[in-house]
Amino acid sequence: MIQYLTNNADTIWLALQEHIVLALLPVLFGFVIAVPLGYLAVRYRWLYQPLINTFGVLYSIPSLALFVFLPVVLGTKVLSPVNIVVALTVYTVALLARTVADGLRSVDPVVVQAATAMGYRPLRRLTGVELPIALPVVLAGLRVATVSNISLVSVGALIGIGGLGQLFTRGFQLFYVEPILVGIILSVLLAGLADLAIVLVQRAVTPWTRAA
Amino acid sequence: MITFEDVVKVYPGGATAVDHLSLELPTGKMTVLVGPSGCGKTTSLRMINRMVTPTSGRVLIDGRDVAGQDEALLRRGIGYVIQHAGLFPHRTVLDNVATVPLLLGETRRTARAKALELLERVGLSAGFAKRYPAQLSGGQQQRVGVARALAADPPIMLMDEPFSAVDPVVRAQLHAEFLRLQQDLGKTIAMVTHDIDEAIKLGDHVAVFRAGGHLAQFATPRDLLAHPADDFVADFVGRDRGLRSLSFDTASDLPVKPVDGLELDEAGRPLGWPGPDGLRETGGVFTKEDSLRVVTDLAIRSPVGIAVRVGPDGAADGLVSHHDIADYLASRRS
Ligand SMILES: Nc1ncnc2c1ncn2[C@@H]1O[C@H](COP(=O)(O)OP(=O)(O)O)[C@@H](O)[C@H]1O
Ligand SMILES: [Mg+2]
Repeated sequence: MIQYLTNNADTIWLALQEHIVLALLPVLFGFVIAVPLGYLAVRYRWLYQPLINTFGVLYSIPSLALFVFLPVVLGTKVLSPVNIVVALTVYTVALLARTVADGLRSVDPVVVQAATAMGYRPLRRLTGVELPIALPVVLAGLRVATVSNISLVSVGALIGIGGLGQLFTRGFQLFYVEPILVGIILSVLLAGLADLAIVLVQRAVTPWTRAA
Repeated sequence: MITFEDVVKVYPGGATAVDHLSLELPTGKMTVLVGPSGCGKTTSLRMINRMVTPTSGRVLIDGRDVAGQDEALLRRGIGYVIQHAGLFPHRTVLDNVATVPLLLGETRRTARAKALELLERVGLSAGFAKRYPAQLSGGQQQRVGVARALAADPPIMLMDEPFSAVDPVVRAQLHAEFLRLQQDLGKTIAMVTHDIDEAIKLGDHVAVFRAGGHLAQFATPRDLLAHPADDFVADFVGRDRGLRSLSFDTASDLPVKPVDGLELDEAGRPLGWPGPDGLRETGGVFTKEDSLRVVTDLAIRSPVGIAVRVGPDGAADGLVSHHDIADYLASRRS
């Protein structure tokens, strides 16, 4: 094991870096897209159900199918990491748009009305009042999306790009257990760390949820 | 002055919430909109700050139609207080109060300084500034709500059942403080309540609404009690309106009889009425400034049916029995 680690430190380090980028970039993109979608689903009530249904369907597409299918739609190369980023962004949006909508719907309408009556315009009310109050719900969704992305990246290894997942494929090809173990341990550690980071951020930005 | 000109509001779905309302709310005074639930009070109030758009008719502030004004700017100039305060749960008490000054573009520093001043005005110590709304009692939240509405010193305040959600003891306290505050500030206030007692206690004018969004009567509290416009108003105002109307007159003109039979101390202050088992308490005293209602109550509760008047030094200077009060009221009527 130690032997394996020292001999392959560079490969492992590269795989880890790739894994982080492939998993977290979609979280960022997904969040940026999900906020306006979630807002629209609340603002225009009739949009909520169709939107939830659409994302439910998207979320149920097997990741491998999406990885293989996307090059056809996007015109990208089969081995392009863009496919992974786009696929995971789709999953993230599917998950977070609903969370953002639910978070915004959980805001007491009386509070929103009070904000309006005090002279907030809609955009500033969204960023200054509604989103901050929805944040505990939204961040809970963000944790799920992040952890799920970190585990999904590995599937990409089956089509040749997949961060730590490449360690699994190599291990299977060579009937060699060390890379598989290292891959599992690192991706679990990564997921745990990312989750912890979000929890810490949450504690820092929502002190009011612990008041009472 | 806030003017409703033949205002109608029909909600989609068919309910007529406000039916041809014409009403003037005088500047610097508190006008209370009162009536049973669902009679269009909240709807009327919200047409003033454009939270609700009239189906027809106009609402004017100092002669200017609100419909032509920028919504957000209009609202920043109108304080708004609601039943459960509607505080922002994610902001401290101080930042809640600083909201409108910040929206108006003041620096965080100035806004917070103002907010701190206002907290004090509504009877909250600086110790509350850093708390979150969830850490306050209902009454305290309501005070913060009032401070938040006052923070940018708006000439107009809209209040929708601001004191309904707190218990009666706290409510009475908030009433007293609010009346004092309004005496200093002289805002133009429109307040909604379903509680006629609150309306009569707080309002300079009272607008009584009836189901279907009709204005049944607009009058001063005194006129409302003395001359209800119809059976609905008379019934709504209550069967004890005669007794309650005594609140509006002081005892300054009420004739008294010389002090007799009352045990006094050496300074002339009342000790009690002599009885077979020793002295019996007078149950309280009144001055010329007290209302006739207080005097009547004292006479009824007194062990001998007589209320004791005292001068500024606390010495008894006159007696009034309930017969005397009845005679006085009868003489006023004729
Ligand atoms: N947003 C709305 N949509 C439809 N009907 C409404 C709405 N708001 C109030 N109403 C109806 O209008 C009438 C007056 O309501 P409201 O002004 O809230 O009365 P109040 O404040 O006197 O209790 C009621 O019948 C109520 O059901
Ligand atoms: Mg109401």
